[in-house]
Parts: sequence; C-alpha cells; structure tokens
Amino acid sequence: MAVLRPAGEFDQSYAYDMATMRRRWQWLALAGFLALLYALPAYGSPSLVSFVNRAAMIIIAVQGLNILTGYTGQISLGQAAFMITGGYIAVLLVTRLDWNFFLALPVAAIGAGLVGLFFGLPSLRVKGFYLAMSTLAAQFIIPWFLRNAFPEVLNGAQGLNAPPPELFGVVFNQPGRFLYISLTVLIVTTVVAHNIGRSRLGRAFVAIRDQDLAAELLGINPFKYKLQAFFLAAVYAGLSGALFAFHLRHVNSETFSLNDSVILLGMLIAGGLGASVGPILGAVLIQGILELATMAGPAVSPFLPSAAAGAVQALRPLFFGVVLMVFLIFEPRGLAHRWSLIKAAWRLRPFSH
Amino acid sequence: MAESALLSVEDVSLVFGRVQALSAVSLQVRPGEILAIIGPNGAGKTSLLNCISNFYKPTAGRILFDGNDLTRTAPHRIAGFGIARTFQNIALYTGLSTLDNLMAARHIHMRAGLLQCLLYWGFSHREDLRHRLVVEEIIKFLEMEAIRKTTVGALPHGLRKRVELGRALALEPRLLLLDEPMTGMNQEEKEDMARFILDIHEQRGLSIVLIEHDMGLVMDIADRVVVLDFGVKIAEGAPDEIKRNPEVIRAYLGQAYT
Amino acid sequence: MNWQLLPQFAVTGLLAGGPIALMALGLVLIFKSSYIFNFAQGQMMLIGTLVTWWLAVPMELPLWLAIILALLLSALLGLAIERLALRPLTGQPLLTIILMTLAVGQTLQGLALLLFGGAQRNFPQIFSAADPYRIVTPFIHNERNITIILKQNLVWSFVVAILLVVLIALFFQFTRTGLAMRAASEDHELAQGIGLRISRIFGISWAMAGVVATIGGILLATASGLDLSLSIVVLAAFPAALLGGLDSIPGVIVGGLLIGLTQGVASASSVQIVRSAAEIMPYVVLLIVLLIRPEGLFGRKRVERI
Repeated sequence: MAVLRPAGEFDQSYAYDMATMRRRWQWLALAGFLALLYALPAYGSPSLVSFVNRAAMIIIAVQGLNILTGYTGQISLGQAAFMITGGYIAVLLVTRLDWNFFLALPVAAIGAGLVGLFFGLPSLRVKGFYLAMSTLAAQFIIPWFLRNAFPEVLNGAQGLNAPPPELFGVVFNQPGRFLYISLTVLIVTTVVAHNIGRSRLGRAFVAIRDQDLAAELLGINPFKYKLQAFFLAAVYAGLSGALFAFHLRHVNSETFSLNDSVILLGMLIAGGLGASVGPILGAVLIQGILELATMAGPAVSPFLPSAAAGAVQALRPLFFGVVLMVFLIFEPRGLAHRWSLIKAAWRLRPFSH
Repeated sequence: MAESALLSVEDVSLVFGRVQALSAVSLQVRPGEILAIIGPNGAGKTSLLNCISNFYKPTAGRILFDGNDLTRTAPHRIAGFGIARTFQNIALYTGLSTLDNLMAARHIHMRAGLLQCLLYWGFSHREDLRHRLVVEEIIKFLEMEAIRKTTVGALPHGLRKRVELGRALALEPRLLLLDEPMTGMNQEEKEDMARFILDIHEQRGLSIVLIEHDMGLVMDIADRVVVLDFGVKIAEGAPDEIKRNPEVIRAYLGQAYT
Repeated sequence: MNWQLLPQFAVTGLLAGGPIALMALGLVLIFKSSYIFNFAQGQMMLIGTLVTWWLAVPMELPLWLAIILALLLSALLGLAIERLALRPLTGQPLLTIILMTLAVGQTLQGLALLLFGGAQRNFPQIFSAADPYRIVTPFIHNERNITIILKQNLVWSFVVAILLVVLIALFFQFTRTGLAMRAASEDHELAQGIGLRISRIFGISWAMAGVVATIGGILLATASGLDLSLSIVVLAAFPAALLGGLDSIPGVIVGGLLIGLTQGVASASSVQIVRSAAEIMPYVVLLIVLLIRPEGLFGRKRVERI
C-alpha cells in the first residue's frame, strides 16, 4: 500500500483493513497530484513535459515486467520485443484497416499479449537461467520476423510510419497533447496492476515466485499462472510500445532492443521488485539518469582519449551499469523498500523505536 | 478394512537412478485417525509424502484417495481432492504476510478469474472478504493474531512452522500430511504444536499423517504407527506394539531404547 | 536448398562453430563452478580484444607479447568481477545475479566506448589471408566435383579454438585443481566440508573465463576486424552453451559445431527468408532444445527436493 498511515488509526472492518485509501485527504492528495500532472503542459517547460510523457510510457512497460518478474519471479529479457510487437500491430491496424488509434491500442496490447504467451510456453519445462534464455530468443526472433517477413506489409528494415492519434477532431501531434494519452493509460495500468497485486491472481503469482513447488502441491497450477503472467506482461509491453510508436510516429524492428529489455529490468530493480510503486520510482530515476548521461556526453568529450572523441553515448551504458550495480549490492529491494521504511516510521510516529 | 480407508497406498516403489527409495510400500489411512510414519533418516518417509502429492512419480504401484488414483492426477489438482501438507524444510511464501499466505491457500476454494482480478471491485473484493473470515478463524485458532501482517520471511522458525500448519488448514483438507512439524523446536514449542495438532484432529475430525522424529510425542499423539527402514515397511501397529517390536528396536530405536 | 553451395556453407559453418564453442566454454566454466550464467561474457571478450589491439598497434609491442599481457589482464578482470561484483551477492536470488552480470556488461561496454571509441579497426593478421585451402569433394553438381574453398584463418581459428577446449577438458579431468573444481560443481557445501576453498575455485573459473573470452575475441578479430559489435557475437554462444548442457565441457564442442552448422546450412538455402534466418538459427535451436530436452545434450538432470 503506497499510502502513509498516521498513528492512532485502526481498522474497523476487514474491508477497511484491506482498502488502499482510508481517509478522504488521501484521495484529495492523489487527485491534486494528478491534476498537477495533467496541467503540466500549461506551466512546465517543453523538455519537462516531454520527459514526463516518455517516463509515463516507460513506466507502463516496467509495470508489465513487474507482474512477470516482480510478482511471478519469471525473468524476462524480451520485454522490448513485445513493445515492438504492440507498436507494429497498432500501426498496422490504424494505417491498413483505418481503425481509430484508441480502438487499435487495446487490440494491439492483446495481440502483443498473445505473442508473449507463446514465448512463455517454455516456462512449462524450464525456469531460472533457462527461461531467461528463452525470452532472449523472443528478443531475437521477433525483430528478425518483422524485418524479413511479409515485406509488402511490414516494410522490412524500414519499418512503418504512423499518423498522430485523433479523437473527436483533436490531433495529438505534440508531446504536450500526447501526454494526456500517456497519463490516462498509465493511470489505468497502475490501477489494474495494483488490483492484480491484492487479488487471488496476485497471491498465486507470488506463491509461484516464492515457492513454486509448494504452490503447486497446494493447489495452484503453476503453468496456468506463469502463462497468465507472461500474457499480462506482454499486454503492458504492447500498450507501451503502441504508445511509443504513435508518439515517435514510427516503429521499426530496432525501435527497442535487447539493451532496452535490460534497462527495463534495471528500472524494476532500482524501483523495487513486486511493489506497485516500484516501477514508477525506478523508471523515473533510471530514465532521468540516462537522459542526464546523454546531456553530459558533449561536456566530457574534450577529456576523452582522441580515439574515443565523439563517443558520447558511452556515458549511458556506463552510468546505467554503475547505478544498477550500486543498487544490487546496497539496496537490492529498491527505492520502494526505502519508501516503505518511511511509511512504517510515519505510522509509529512519534515513537518510531 | 480396505473399503474404509481414506487413503490407500498400494505397493508403491520409487527408484532414483540406482537408489531404491521405496520398495513396495503399502499402507492405509483410516478416516479420522492420526497415523505416524517413523524411521531413520533416509528411510523414505518424505519420499512417500512426495509420492502422495505426486511430486515424485512412483515407479510402480498406485495411491488411491477416495477412489481417485493420485499417481494419475496432476500435482496441483490433488489439493482440490482435500489433501493438504506441510514441508520438512518449511516452504512458505516468504514474501507474503501470514494473512496472505493463508489467503493464497484459499486459492482452490476461490473462483475469481483473470478479468475479475484485474477489475477487483465487485466479485473479487466480495470473495476476498468472505474468505478472509475463514482465514481469520484459523489465525485465531492458532493464536497468530499478532503476526497477521508480518512478512513470514521475518518470522522465527517456530512461528513459521505454525504459519505453515495454518496454511495447510486454510485449504480445509480432509487429509493433512505433516512432514516433521516439530523439528528445530524447543520443548515448549513442541508441546504447543502437539496441542494444535490434537485440537485440529478433534475439532475438525480430519485424518492426519504425521512424520516426526520425537518418539515420545509420536507415541503420545498417534493412533497407529508405520515404520519405514531403507524404503521398506518393517512394522505397523498401535504405539505400544511398535515400542515392543524387536525389529523396530533394532532398526530404528537402537541402543537408546534397549 | 542450393545444393551446389551446401557443402561449402556447411563446412564454413562448422568451422565458425569452433570460436562459438570457445565462447560457450567461457560461459560453461563459470556456470559449472558457481551456477552463474555470465551475461557479461561478450563485454569481457570485447575489452580483452581491444586491449590486445591497443598493446599491439598503437603501443607497437610484438603481437605475442601483447597477447600474453592482454590475457593476464583478462584473468585479472575476471577475478575482479567475481570479487567485487558477484561475491557480495552470495545467497541473493537468481534475478539479482543475472542483473549483476548484465550491469557489469553495460559498464564494460560503456568503458570500452569511452576509452577506445566506436570505430572499426583492423586487427593484426595472425593467420595468412592468402592461399585458401581447396578441397575437392566427391559430390558432383553439373557434372563437376564440388570444390570447397576455405580461408586459412578460418581453418586455423577453428583448430586453435577446439584445441583450447580439449586442453581445458583435460585440465578438468587430470589436474588437482580441475578435480577440485569438478567436486565443487557437484555440491558447494559438501566441497567446503572436505576442505576445498570455494571462493578460490570461483576466482579461478572467472579468471579462466576471462582468458578464454579474450582468446576467442582475438580469433574473431583477426578474421573479421574489431569493433564494439564484437560483444554481440557472444549471443550465438549462449544457445551453444545451453545446447551442450551448460555444465559439460565436451558439450560446448558439440553445441558450438551444431550452432555453426545450422547457420551454415540455413545460409545455403535458395529461399531468401530462410537465408536471412541464419542469424536467428541459434535461438530457434535453443527454443527447440528448451522444449524437448531442457537439460541439453550432455547436461545432468537434477532431482528437485521439497
């Protein structure tokens, strides 16, 4: 539960105990925060608007990974491939079949989900490293397919161009407008992810993560729930990828790569596995660091060896790698864990020891 | 006798490579009894439980529960027949609270599907509330109110064993398989656990299969005892008979009891 | 299928399987001792090869000396990664460890780019590029025997790679250290119980993996030049290691050769889409292996306990 609880507040019923938000001020605070976000184009700088827009779309992909890896414990190195899949499906539905973007979006997500389901099939027989390898296979086979199959439809390595989304005459053709779509989808995915976490489904996922054998012997069908997790993770990836395709107005087989799959996992770790705020904290932090690295690149290039002058992209993998290593060694439970410590201290205030 | 058995293990053998873990073991669990299975380390006790869970596939023989052949049932369906168990080395869902461990065990009694869970409000929420009542009853019964919201990974050994018992009870089984529920406990904790087991047996009338090393406790609790040695059943009977059985004394109890 | 090209492509593919087997060996060495699958193997290879290049070309050291120094450095790099990045994670869940090797890979990739830049460079020739070997096969196409043309560097890279794998297999079979490493791979606690120092064994296997990676990188670079994409080449070796069984040293030879062969055969197809599939063949093979025989061809099946 991502909410601060003051001392002296107790549960009066099981429903109250289980509720996420217990007080009206909590709802008001949330509504106020969201209103600030939605109004961002009115007062934020263009680069901030554009950052929030990107971050929102990335968070969705990380939330999907959190369902699969954070809750269910299945390691996936293929999340970026399912993002591309969602992007392609959405663009094809809009450009080939003249669908409205807002109809194509959920369909593309489900399409990506089904592809994810297929690549989750090896989880029937393998786990751990072996499963990571089979998701790695998705990361190679899917872009290859998009690059080489049906060139008259998929347009080979060139990829596809997308028109801006349109609804009731409003054209979402700049970050300031696209932000509304990204944020709205993000709110829906956050609520759904939160629901998964607290329901029968989420408990089955975590049971499989923590003790797959015991879970199986106590009545949870591991294969069924692993596949559902793969499906949901890829649905989220598909949503994120479709949004990106229409934000960038383009998608090709290299829009997202193995590197992106790794970065998404890194965001999840930095944010905190299996916590519903984890993806939000992790994606914002890591994306911020990556964009900082890109900006810092030109500043450091005069100090680089001559052979490397111009290699300003070097800082991105370097920063990311180092930050991830620091998290893995010193705070493997991520920022969400810090957050929960703060909450616990608040709950017991003023007697926190 | 065969008709009245709840669980009937018939000539079960289990081979790992060149190791014969079980050789043609047969035994029966009658409705409402506590059957203890004892034997030295490596006698095949846990292997036998794992065969009942169909986690290990027996090389020969069959295991009938209520007319269903468990060796032909997918492991995750066996709990649905009414068999629950605990594990020798504690296999709790360490990242979940005590409450959620028990709620997760209600899985087989719950119906919310994928979509209902994604939406949560309505069916899934009401279902959670209903099952919460069942779970709270078990929490009260096992005196676990104080650790309801504690992540079980942070609990001490003795309490984890108790949570695991609670999780098995939350499945509302007809047959409970307890794999060394008291190992690693001090005397007081053992007595608490023994009391819980007897209370469960009395109040819920379920059949219990108990694997345990503490002979004194086993002899006090069990209605009948089966003795395994090197995968072979060497004796079966009331606790008093087992205590006097010379073969059991030689194989298991050793000098300590002679 | 283009029958005329098939023998040529099949043999070339098999030979390319040598370096793949060597790269897979690096993965297996680490997995065998510590159950860690090292996703940074490609970047270790990249750094080692770039250092060799740097010593041999801008520093103008003799090539043999450059290689020896680079191999020493690679061993140290392997040791350092084990000690600084993975040792602190002992007992952590699998995901943490996988991510650590990925993070190490990203860091090394960034360092390589920062220190050496992304330019394509020529690597010193070790084996002659001239005078390719010609082999006349008994297969007849259009009334002529099919001739296979093999570049010398391809053949000798293959020979060196396979020899090295065999050498390390012998090391595991017949030396005390090798025996200790095998014992450790059976059961960490048991090995410690009989007085083996697990930490030393982990260190040795990471150092060996570093050396093996750099040799593989040098073999590849001398044949086809050197740039940052060298770290990607290892991706073909992941499936080879898995196919062989992840903990089997002879398995990597079979895995490497099979992967090379399937890539070669796919390239000989007359259908364009199959030809283009040569690049993903390792992963198609991988998926099939995972579904049919997840423990690989030579791996051991482990009994799960609860």
